Amino acid sequence: MKIAVCVKHVPEGTSRIDPGSKRLDRSGEGALNHFDANAVEEALRLKGDSDTEVVAVSLGPQKALDSLRKALAMGADRAVLVSDEAAVGSDLVATSRLLAAALEKEEPDLVLFGQQASDADGAVLWAAVAERLGRPVVSQAMELTVDGGSLRAKRQTEFGYDTIEAPLPAVVAVSDAINEPRYPSLKGIMGAKKKQQDVFSIADLGIDAGDVGEAGSRTTVLALGTPPARGDAKKIEDDGNAAQAIVDFLAEKRLI
Amino acid sequence: MATLVFLEHHGSELQKGSLGVLAKAASLGDVDAVIVGDAAKSLAAQAGKYGAKKVWACEDAEVAQPLPQPRVDVIAKVVADGGYDTVLFANSVLAADVAAGLAARLDAGLNWDLADIELQGGELIGKRPALQDSVYVDVGWTSTPRLALFRAGSFDATETGGGEPEVVDVSPQYAAHSTALKLVGQDSEESSGPSIEDAPVIVAGGRGLGAPENFTLAEELAQALGGAVGATRAVVDAGWYPYSAQIGQTGKTVSPKLYVALGISGAIQHKVGMQSSGTIVAINKDANAPIFDFSDLGVVGDVHEIVPRLTELIRARKS
Repeated sequence: MKIAVCVKHVPEGTSRIDPGSKRLDRSGEGALNHFDANAVEEALRLKGDSDTEVVAVSLGPQKALDSLRKALAMGADRAVLVSDEAAVGSDLVATSRLLAAALEKEEPDLVLFGQQASDADGAVLWAAVAERLGRPVVSQAMELTVDGGSLRAKRQTEFGYDTIEAPLPAVVAVSDAINEPRYPSLKGIMGAKKKQQDVFSIADLGIDAGDVGEAGSRTTVLALGTPPARGDAKKIEDDGNAAQAIVDFLAEKRLI
Repeated sequence: MATLVFLEHHGSELQKGSLGVLAKAASLGDVDAVIVGDAAKSLAAQAGKYGAKKVWACEDAEVAQPLPQPRVDVIAKVVADGGYDTVLFANSVLAADVAAGLAARLDAGLNWDLADIELQGGELIGKRPALQDSVYVDVGWTSTPRLALFRAGSFDATETGGGEPEVVDVSPQYAAHSTALKLVGQDSEESSGPSIEDAPVIVAGGRGLGAPENFTLAEELAQALGGAVGATRAVVDAGWYPYSAQIGQTGKTVSPKLYVALGISGAIQHKVGMQSSGTIVAINKDANAPIFDFSDLGVVGDVHEIVPRLTELIRARKS
């Protein structure tokens, strides 16, 4: 079996939006989106001791190789990065097109995603990729088993718990409740460097520059503004009188 | 603008969030709705009260289960048949997957996590809070149809006084991959106490309470305030409190007048379920907890010391 895990390299620490490009500033340090670590862990758990191949796939600048190497250090077998200047600024339509093209090249039996991106709070990519690949999709999986040619997932929604079965190949987005991602061992980190890491351009995937980046996107950022103020928010340290301070606050707001 | 709103229902109830989006869309112009699944037609009249002029209804066997992909087939057909240039969704686990699938199917722009939408000189502008809500980004679309997902609690579901809508049956061709999933089991825990969705006050507990038995702190404070008890996913997963009290992305979405968060760090998955609350008070011993970024009153301190005293003071005040 082959499992592809889609991972994102996200800015670390305090993020800012560049006022010029109106995009998230990605010039600083980055790290593996922590929700994606759950997807890597789940792929490795499904692999166990079998000969299943786990391929980590990402889209982003060259620096995204750092996050792919973390996936390799955790135990993934191989990494694929799609990196191209023309792809900068891709929205959901363009990003899903690129990622689907990279995945089509791999022909995995199972594609895993984490439950959201911590930078853009996006929780939509898997369903768009699944649609482009023409595969069934399950999101919010909190338990996952694969048996022969099908999978079974338990998920949590707003209304309770669902158990879903799907034939492979399929796309699954896992919830962060599914597992505790392992920390890479020193041996894993050393070994990661030697594992195969391919970097593809959009031309390698047979995609035109006009179909990705801003040209291939269907949404746009028009302006940056300040949010409506939350009133006079305040923060206090408990000096022994916090309970009284809360009561005074609630009374002032006429909530008690 | 020709606008379509996806109305999600559970059992025989249209979801408040999607009715809010419908009412908002009706305030901007004519709007139609699409309801997909069992009982779709019987819910059309209710949609009319929130402003839908026409309701597309699909009750095919393929959409009996609450799964996203066959809904993409239905809505893609409605968009084509009805000539819609704008399709709006209230965020949910189901709606997000439907909207994203539709975006790929139609190569249509999807803006998500919007808190508001407005028309500026005939152009549709989405308002999107970003970076822990420190920035509001104005977003637009460069082609039609325009797709938008609104964050929970963005709009009040207010009846618009609309009349009986026209009801149109719709039945698309289903793609092979759209009908490949099978829902083989469903189980939900019914809540025992008062419903948290309608409670004016919610006292919610997280891992910072330290142990399951400490939920009595939340229960006693909730009782003193005349409210209900909520919980984070972490404590529900740990078995400390029932799922029916879970607030967040895969739990309930609430917007009480007062939300008191006890030992809750404020992870994004929790935040999306309660951020539209009127006043938020948080007590957490970690001064760097993200919950303080969206609290009206943040208290850095120990819940075990503060809460019993707080409950006592509120009881004394009320008696």
